[in-house]
Amino acid sequence: MKITCLSKGGGFHLPPCHMLNFCGIRILIDCPLDLSALIAFSPIPTAFDALRFEESNNTEANDLLDSNVGSEKRQKIEKNLDAESLIFEEPWYKTVKNLHLWNTSFIDVVLISSPMGILGLPFITRMKGFSAKVYVTEASARLGQLMMEDLVSMHAELRHFYGPETSDFPPWLRQEELEMLPSVLREIICGREGVESGGWMPLYSAADVKNCILKVHTVKYAEEACYNGTLVIKALSSGVEIGSCNWVLNGPKGDIAYLSSSSFISAHAMSFDYRSLHGTNVLVYSDFSSLCDTQDIEDGDNYSVPTADKLLPMSFQDFDEFNLNSDENLEEREKLIFISSCAIECVNGGGSVLIPVNRLGTILQLLEEIATSLDASALKIPVYIISSVAEELLAFLNIIPEWLCKQRQERLFAGELLFAYVKLLKEKRIHVVPAIHAHKLLMNSQEPCIVFCGHWSLRIGPAVHLLRRWCGDPKSLLILEDVLNPELALLPFQPIAMKVLQCVCSSGIGLRKVQPLLQTLQPKTVLFPEDLRLQINFPIEKPFSVLHYTEAETLKVSCQKNSSELKIAKDLASHLYRITFKNQQIQICRLKGELFMENARYHLLPDNDPKHSLSRPLVHCSLPDSEKLLAALSKVGINASLEPISETESQTVCILHTHDPCKALIEIGTTSTVITTAGQNVASLIYKVVDNIFGGV
Amino acid sequence: MAIETLVLGAGQEVGKSCVVVTINGKRIMFDCGMHMGETDHRRYPDFRRISHSGDFNNALSCVIITHFHLDHVGALPYFTEVCGYSGPIYMTYPTKALSPLMLEDYRKVMVDRRGEEEQFTSDHIVECMKKVIALDLRQTVQVDEDLQIRPYYAGHVIGAAMFYAKVGDAEIVYTGDYNMTPDRHLGAAQIDRLRLDLLITESTYATTIRDSRYAREREFLKAVHKCVSGGGKVLIPTFALGRAQELCILLDDYWERMNLKVPIYFSSGLTIQANMYYKMLISWTSQKIKDTYSTHNAFDFKNVHNFERSMIDSPGPCVLFATPGMLSGGFSLEVFKHWGPSEKNLVTLPGYCVAGTVGHKLMSGKLTKSDLGPDSEKDIRCQVHQLAFSPHTDYKGIMDLVKFLSPKHVMLVHGEKPKMISLKEKIHSELGIPCYYPANNETVCIPSTHYENVETSDSFVRSCSNPNFKFQKCSSVDTCNSTSTDRNLMPELQVKDERVAEGILVVDRNKKAKIVHKDELLLKLGEK
Repeated sequence: MKITCLSKGGGFHLPPCHMLNFCGIRILIDCPLDLSALIAFSPIPTAFDALRFEESNNTEANDLLDSNVGSEKRQKIEKNLDAESLIFEEPWYKTVKNLHLWNTSFIDVVLISSPMGILGLPFITRMKGFSAKVYVTEASARLGQLMMEDLVSMHAELRHFYGPETSDFPPWLRQEELEMLPSVLREIICGREGVESGGWMPLYSAADVKNCILKVHTVKYAEEACYNGTLVIKALSSGVEIGSCNWVLNGPKGDIAYLSSSSFISAHAMSFDYRSLHGTNVLVYSDFSSLCDTQDIEDGDNYSVPTADKLLPMSFQDFDEFNLNSDENLEEREKLIFISSCAIECVNGGGSVLIPVNRLGTILQLLEEIATSLDASALKIPVYIISSVAEELLAFLNIIPEWLCKQRQERLFAGELLFAYVKLLKEKRIHVVPAIHAHKLLMNSQEPCIVFCGHWSLRIGPAVHLLRRWCGDPKSLLILEDVLNPELALLPFQPIAMKVLQCVCSSGIGLRKVQPLLQTLQPKTVLFPEDLRLQINFPIEKPFSVLHYTEAETLKVSCQKNSSELKIAKDLASHLYRITFKNQQIQICRLKGELFMENARYHLLPDNDPKHSLSRPLVHCSLPDSEKLLAALSKVGINASLEPISETESQTVCILHTHDPCKALIEIGTTSTVITTAGQNVASLIYKVVDNIFGGV
Repeated sequence: MAIETLVLGAGQEVGKSCVVVTINGKRIMFDCGMHMGETDHRRYPDFRRISHSGDFNNALSCVIITHFHLDHVGALPYFTEVCGYSGPIYMTYPTKALSPLMLEDYRKVMVDRRGEEEQFTSDHIVECMKKVIALDLRQTVQVDEDLQIRPYYAGHVIGAAMFYAKVGDAEIVYTGDYNMTPDRHLGAAQIDRLRLDLLITESTYATTIRDSRYAREREFLKAVHKCVSGGGKVLIPTFALGRAQELCILLDDYWERMNLKVPIYFSSGLTIQANMYYKMLISWTSQKIKDTYSTHNAFDFKNVHNFERSMIDSPGPCVLFATPGMLSGGFSLEVFKHWGPSEKNLVTLPGYCVAGTVGHKLMSGKLTKSDLGPDSEKDIRCQVHQLAFSPHTDYKGIMDLVKFLSPKHVMLVHGEKPKMISLKEKIHSELGIPCYYPANNETVCIPSTHYENVETSDSFVRSCSNPNFKFQKCSSVDTCNSTSTDRNLMPELQVKDERVAEGILVVDRNKKAKIVHKDELLLKLGEK
């Protein structure tokens, strides 16, 4: 088995991406888009900005003219980072650069572990020669499709503004332009090593999205999907998002568990099913979330991983208890209650609240929390959800009890609605509108209000317009979740008078839980990210071996066995005739049948076709005893004598001459025996005798 | 190794489905139903046959319920709360959500209206449902180390599932009730091609072949329309779930198209509540209904209202859905007593009524005054329409499924004996598969598949996939004898690539048996 980590990703919206080679099958895991890189672009310019944009374009043209005259004069002076240093062009989107190094037509299987992991898929599925089978959970496929459609519709506004693209290669991607950029932006576009500029692509179209969704094969949690008879693929819930999953791949050579970012606490999605990952040959640990959790590192005292001398296997029971004792759940809940109280305070003071839609789980909980608070305070504040797909999304979430957490499922069994917002929608407390210029919104918009809308990058979508409207109002509030560089995110909206509340939600397996989890899952080998080596230090004595992998390098994991399991049908096995060898230690027999591959196991079934009764030549093995052979030959009336052999000819064991009734030569070597004679009858007679002595198979 | 099947219910009859299958030492109970036509101890399966000591937890690995109909789930609270089974119980999400409604409704009918001693309480139902583990379709669950189960879509009612179970190498499927053709709100049954040792299938319509369902639906709508336009009242006795929603979609749609204003009523809040469940479980319905969920949920009925008891004798036409089905008692029977005597009115009955119910007697023309209780004086003169579409598969569907799965053995349950005999003959003669139809409390034992596990070397596997081409020329003599059409079909040169695996099995006394390629044998032996 071989694994190549194409990208270690970054945070909740950018899952890692790997290429796996298992049982000769090439498997791509996840195909995300780095939407945080959108930050390098300017949001859609306002009328005033547009004027400046025109001017700058003109000066740029002059610049170019100048540079033609004497390009060496051009100085490489890094510009200061301000709103104007952002790229005033139709945004492109950053895909996983390393994936472009692979020929997509050679990929056999694509596994998508979360709705975020599907966002880059249309780029691949539209390629010529793409023929891989894409496995994704039903819920991930639906949510992913809605996210992509939303992205396309938000992007459409910018496409309208900038008009059709004039060239295949945008000017801002030119080396000389990149060098002029402030270092922060250059790093976003080219990556830290400056090699990632090849991953940029113009956005796919709505038709690409539709085609992509037609090509996926949806599965349910714990459904066994079989690829080509060779690989049994199983998706198991990971708890971070509705439909997100870990994978267990079962092939004839063993099994692999792929552990993506997983969460032990979930207030909406089905909880992390770690029991099903138990006891695999290989476990690929691919939860990089603790790399981004700066909090963990800062509060080093609380989160330092206990360094035990040795790791012992742990039972599920102990691990469950260990989990119960942690108070993550409570912390998350307190965070949400705090955010919601800030929002209520803000509308009470006459300001509006803007909540860019980030994680679905947070939004759904906030929606419920804020609605109950509004109910309690008897405030008549409208809540708007502005998105082209919101209506469908909200309807969808209420018909998927199978994908939700235990508490939500209990609501189904009690005959209650899965999410409380349905009631609020009916009561017209929450308004869902497809776009900011929708008739419904224009007619009854009312401020102050609370708005949920996209996009969290603050570069596209209705959030841009609302932020422009409210950024100067000190009474209003912006709630940002998990934004890595808030200064840069808010740059185009400076000066900002509105309040900004930032929150970080934990995602993934906390550092403290990694070792206990692995102790419980008890894989034979763990493939662990090199980047996390500092955080997690495995003791020497442990129940599994650990190999470290790095981005953009292929790690080969040797298969423990160079053999596979095979099942022989009972009716075939009962017909086998065994020959015993070497002091009853070994029995061997010849075997014939039809080989089938089914559910990742070889099956040998009896071959009932009489046409195949012709056997291939027999194989004899054992060294003959020359005395025995002489005796046996004399029994059938052939007299023979033993010729003494010279020591030099090591290949020959002995040579026999027969005299009566006719002449023949039998040469017995270490690997073969040759019978030389004039008559065919004699040859077959001698052959029979030799066959008897040797015992053929 | 064998598979032992003990039929505790639905053997050569319809009602109290309960089959206990022992596969390689693991025991599974499929369905735990009650009989609607019986009132004494015979209404429940004879659980003592599973364990005389009553220690069901050790006797059974798990209980599996296929769908929420009472003849499949009715005895479950009794079995868990009174008999004391506390092991795992599996059913699909809709079955888990809807079973308590059915059970509670039944309990009320039995206790409040018939005045019987109750077999289980409301609390029993609640406690029982807490023990249930809900499953999604195709979700493969490892019940314990050896036993694996998986539900497949069965049509029939919302959440109905066929269950696959595997222990070691032995595999079986228990279908429960299923439908091979899609209906108004549900899709058709779907299953993978499996290597089964045993298929236990229902056989309610073992001899019927049904034609187009649309013609039958038109007949029903015409009968209802004729009755209400003549000022009559239509009584549709149904259970709260399943048939009620299907007919309601049908009528609601028809009312809309024909612009009818005659009210459609549901007899109790139960069905309105049931519709709420249907709205959340829409992903278990047919593709057509699923596709429209975001704009209009098909279970938001426009023309349907609640019915009050005081409205029974109010004048004017109407359509009423009343529980329970088959007129087995309760409100539907009460309304029937009021509406039955008028020939203007119409009663629609399902295609199948359990023997012993008023519905069954009405259908077979054997209804007497005494069946309706001592207080009835008038003769029943209303029209009766029998619904000719049913959520059960017909003969053709059963045969299609058996042919598709090609199991080694077939067992028939949930049907009438004469029909089972006829179907058994067909399966045996046409498909060549041995078939059984045990009566209640009988046991059938069949052998099960067993594979020997060995290791195999890679070069043996590789050698098996080597092409083994054979070129065969059709001799001229053959072509002369055959007709001209045959000659076109048979090319002169035939290429065959039949790959036969040949290797050598080495059994070392201290190690696992291993298959090697013949070239490897000497190496292998040389190691010794």
